[in-house]
Amino acid sequence: MATDLVTWPGTQEAVETTRRPLVDKLHEWVATVDHKRLGIMYILYGLMFLLVGGVEATIMRIQLSAPHKDFVSPQVFNRMFTMHGTTMIFFVAMPLVFGLANYLVPLMIGARDMAFPRLNAFSFWLTAFGGILLYFSVIGANGLYGAGNAPDVGWFAYAPLTSRTFSLGHSTDFWTLGLLVSGFGSIGTAINIVVTILCMRCPGMTLGKMPLFAWLNLVMGGMVLMVVSPLTAAQIMLAIDRYLGGHFFDTQAGGSAVIWMHFFWIFGHPEVYVLVIPAFAVASEVIPVFSRKAIFGYPIMVAATVGIGFISMSVWAHHMFTVGMTSNANAFFALSTMAVGVPTGIKIFNWLGTMWGGKIEFKTPMLFCIAFLFQFLVAGLTGIMQSVVPFDWQLANSYFVVAHFHYVIVGAILFCLFAAFYYWYPKATGRMYNEAMGKLQFWLFFIGFHLTFDFMHIPGLLGMPRRIYTYEPGRGWGTLNLIVSIGVVFQAAAVLLFAANLIWSYFRGKVAGNDPWDAWTLEWTTSSPPPAYNFAVIPTVKSRRPLWDLKHPEDPDWKYE
Amino acid sequence: MQSTNYIPAKWPLLKGLLVLLFLASSGLAQSVTFSSSTNIFKPASTPAKSILSVSLFVLVITGVIFIVVGSLLTYAVVKFRRRKGDDGREPAQVYGSNQVETAWTVIPVLIVVVLFMATARVIANVQNAVPPNALHVTVIGHQFWWEYRYPGLKVVTANELHVPAGTPTELKLLSADTDHSFWVPVLAGKTDLIPNHPNTMWIDPREPGLYLGQCAQYCGVQHAKMLLRVYVQSPADFDHWIQQQSQPALSSDAAVEGRRIFEATACVNCHAVSGTSAQGLFGPDLTHLMSRDTLAAGIAANTHENLRSWIQDPSRFKPGSLMPAMQLNEHDLDAVTAYLETLR
Repeated sequence: MATDLVTWPGTQEAVETTRRPLVDKLHEWVATVDHKRLGIMYILYGLMFLLVGGVEATIMRIQLSAPHKDFVSPQVFNRMFTMHGTTMIFFVAMPLVFGLANYLVPLMIGARDMAFPRLNAFSFWLTAFGGILLYFSVIGANGLYGAGNAPDVGWFAYAPLTSRTFSLGHSTDFWTLGLLVSGFGSIGTAINIVVTILCMRCPGMTLGKMPLFAWLNLVMGGMVLMVVSPLTAAQIMLAIDRYLGGHFFDTQAGGSAVIWMHFFWIFGHPEVYVLVIPAFAVASEVIPVFSRKAIFGYPIMVAATVGIGFISMSVWAHHMFTVGMTSNANAFFALSTMAVGVPTGIKIFNWLGTMWGGKIEFKTPMLFCIAFLFQFLVAGLTGIMQSVVPFDWQLANSYFVVAHFHYVIVGAILFCLFAAFYYWYPKATGRMYNEAMGKLQFWLFFIGFHLTFDFMHIPGLLGMPRRIYTYEPGRGWGTLNLIVSIGVVFQAAAVLLFAANLIWSYFRGKVAGNDPWDAWTLEWTTSSPPPAYNFAVIPTVKSRRPLWDLKHPEDPDWKYE
Repeated sequence: MQSTNYIPAKWPLLKGLLVLLFLASSGLAQSVTFSSSTNIFKPASTPAKSILSVSLFVLVITGVIFIVVGSLLTYAVVKFRRRKGDDGREPAQVYGSNQVETAWTVIPVLIVVVLFMATARVIANVQNAVPPNALHVTVIGHQFWWEYRYPGLKVVTANELHVPAGTPTELKLLSADTDHSFWVPVLAGKTDLIPNHPNTMWIDPREPGLYLGQCAQYCGVQHAKMLLRVYVQSPADFDHWIQQQSQPALSSDAAVEGRRIFEATACVNCHAVSGTSAQGLFGPDLTHLMSRDTLAAGIAANTHENLRSWIQDPSRFKPGSLMPAMQLNEHDLDAVTAYLETLR
């Protein structure tokens, strides 16, 4: 492994390591404004909730493994799917994505921290308290009246089920407040990411010479600013309905259930891209390094991402093909949804072009990225099926949809996040992860994923709607659901193995050195883990791959860009 | 670079991908042949047939894309893997190609145009094409059951929709409380029932028979047990059914006591029995309860034991059902059950 070949002057200073009491160390973490520590806290917070959301999913899968099963009551099941969805989107995917951006963007653009370090800390703690508020509902939702409760309105919480008539107690309020608070956190972090990328790049790094990771996170940040705001507005309107006698969504007083759907999905659909674009960002770093080639078609990749950002804001009502929109509206949203497939396809082709003619090394991060390419291809194609409005009249709200969006969120986003964790683990901890455990985890997760989510499509085609706590025998759903449930065992084992790998490697892993992957972006010039403020001397770059230029002075990138 | 190959990566990966391909194709093949009464690949009515035709078209196109792109990816992963005895030099650096980029932009755009035109045509064919002379039925979604009203025919029933074979039926979809969705996959795609937002859909099944489905929009605790049963009957049978359903309830001397208890307890707050003082609107109309095959939105057979047990404690069948346990003593319970069993 070519380590320590390249060092920038001034980055090798020894970090002070005096022994301090635990309380001091904890205080340092709680009061930190350092982007790397906040990034790590975001990621640990997200991983913790990944376990919680995973347990909720497991409970649902046990209940659904056979018809008429009685493992949990309908009330508990409904809370499980509500909490699972809300947790995984808002308190797993979002924090993980923000954590990666926080940790890596300043390092990659040669900055010493985010633009607004204190806003950064504030945003993290808002997100953290949002999750705690949501889960406090388990003990707080019924107050002194009695037993525990949790939100049970579904993660998109359609009106009027959320009105006081149909949702007694305070569980829906905890849901509203949790998302409201974490939403403010998301907006703060998005402002930070956008400003950092626009204003803090090192000398020589024009927008056209930024790593794709930074470009994609810039688009993600811009999208968060635009799409979280409608959700926040809707949550406030819902709170007004529930506590101040408003009638925005109160159908019994002339309010509109459909307007909630519009508000939610104007947030909800772009949100998928908010999460998947950072996944693309990971793939755009990992695939070139392990193919040993520059990214293929950099300007097109940037253009396609910006295109996805804009088009994805005009597709939201494809979640509403069954609510009785006019045929013209249905046709418009079919077209915009199909159109978003074009730039997405271009991205897949460019990753393919990057691998083409390369020398692919199957390290764990690359395995996850290759699987991502196949799975995202399938997810995109099932997405195209649902953009065909008539087909969607059958597929909407069926298990086909559930399988489709898990293909995106697990098969694409989580696979890329695993790739990212393995790829940057040596940078963040200074230790290599265990490659054998990593590969074993990949295969376990790959098998589990396909058992669960491939077979989940079929009950949807056979008429099984989502969000049902049990189902009738004799509809051909039983065996399929059993297979789906068995896949969970593999996935759970894989996630536990992943956690074990992280912990074991932290203490026993090989020392990684600055640049274990022989990579090309600026974060690999600093020590592992990077020192406080990252760079003693701010680097100057001439191309998109500054380390390639250094390692190959006879054939630098800037001659071709 | 040294590699710690725990599993020789390339061949298992290839196998994994082949398995994936196999699963995708076999899964689809399975669902086409599956024996399921709710299979979208077995349409029995014009809207479902139109949907299936465009769906198959899309499946073919996406299937071809999957095979082409999937093969290219597989080829790249296998062909361009780092081989044993590699010289350690970096491969040729290629930064892009405008011709190739143009090709893989234009081709998807063309595919989108074709798909969109096929989609728009079927949207118009189904959504804006309610046949004239259709029978009108109003469907009202409730937590957690279905109400059917036949305007002009003076028929009100619950949970079991009867329509004639050969004549189209237009369903007007309303909701009394939360959102629901009417989905009988072999008859048509789903359409939501949303309060304050009336929708319509239509079906025209030709083969008499029983068609199943269930609520497809989460509507509360018992969303799962809000089943749909559509009885398609020959025109003669349907006319007979309408004739029978439009009669007021039979008054039989055999169950006077049960009727007295029924009308003196909370039953009448929610249930209607035409021709009596029971005129509640929150629960299913019971005028011809015994003409129905099932109880509680299709979840249990309409037998003496089930009926009695349901009245005693609905949560035994459907925890979270809005019907309270009536707390009748054994004698009253038997009497009320006996009365309800006279409502043919």
